Amino acid sequence: MKEHKHKDVFKQGAITPVFIGDCIAKHQSKTTVGAHNIFLGQVRADKIDGKTVSTIEYTAYDDMANKKFNAIREAAFTKFNLTCMHIYHSLGKVRIGEICLFVFVSSPRRKEVFEALEFVVEEIKATVPVFGKEIFEDTSHRWKVNS
Amino acid sequence: MQLKIKYFGMLAEVAQCREEDLHCNEVTVYGLLKVLYGKYPKLKEKNFQIAQNNELLSPKAKLTTGEIALLPPFAGG
Repeated sequence: MKEHKHKDVFKQGAITPVFIGDCIAKHQSKTTVGAHNIFLGQVRADKIDGKTVSTIEYTAYDDMANKKFNAIREAAFTKFNLTCMHIYHSLGKVRIGEICLFVFVSSPRRKEVFEALEFVVEEIKATVPVFGKEIFEDTSHRWKVNS
Repeated sequence: MQLKIKYFGMLAEVAQCREEDLHCNEVTVYGLLKVLYGKYPKLKEKNFQIAQNNELLSPKAKLTTGEIALLPPFAGG
């Protein structure tokens, strides 16, 4: 089986549009690719009991999270005909409107990337031990749960 | 058995620490839960899972010496 080398998934703070743009630009040299698909998770200003979320602070159980990210990566390459794939997830504080998750899958053909992207994002939400502290404008907080 | 218990998210607030060493005579997840509920009664109100060696464990699973993680609901993405 092809080796898909481990990369650092976690980034401190928000994932910037510049970083995402650079990542796209770097793929212009991969000329077997015919289709990319990208998921961007953005922090939402949820309103709960009259209070509005201003920031999410992410923490993770790093060892297990990295192992799960690797397992998702291997499963995705096994299930789908992908040329490459990248996952970046924020740690620490990310403000509303900023990007906290960036998943990028590439393949010779479009059908693969639609299915692969959904698979990867759903697996991340379900299996990776990342925790989100939703901090309100008044500095009180509650703990986020994926729905 | 010597364990290092790691608490994440809301569970670190309940335990008021991120990790602690714990000597435990119990050998299963279920037994460890009894010990932890005795130490931190508020844990009973929380929804969480227990992991060792980077895998989630069932209540009947056997523990081994080393690191144990208490994981609240995941919220990635």
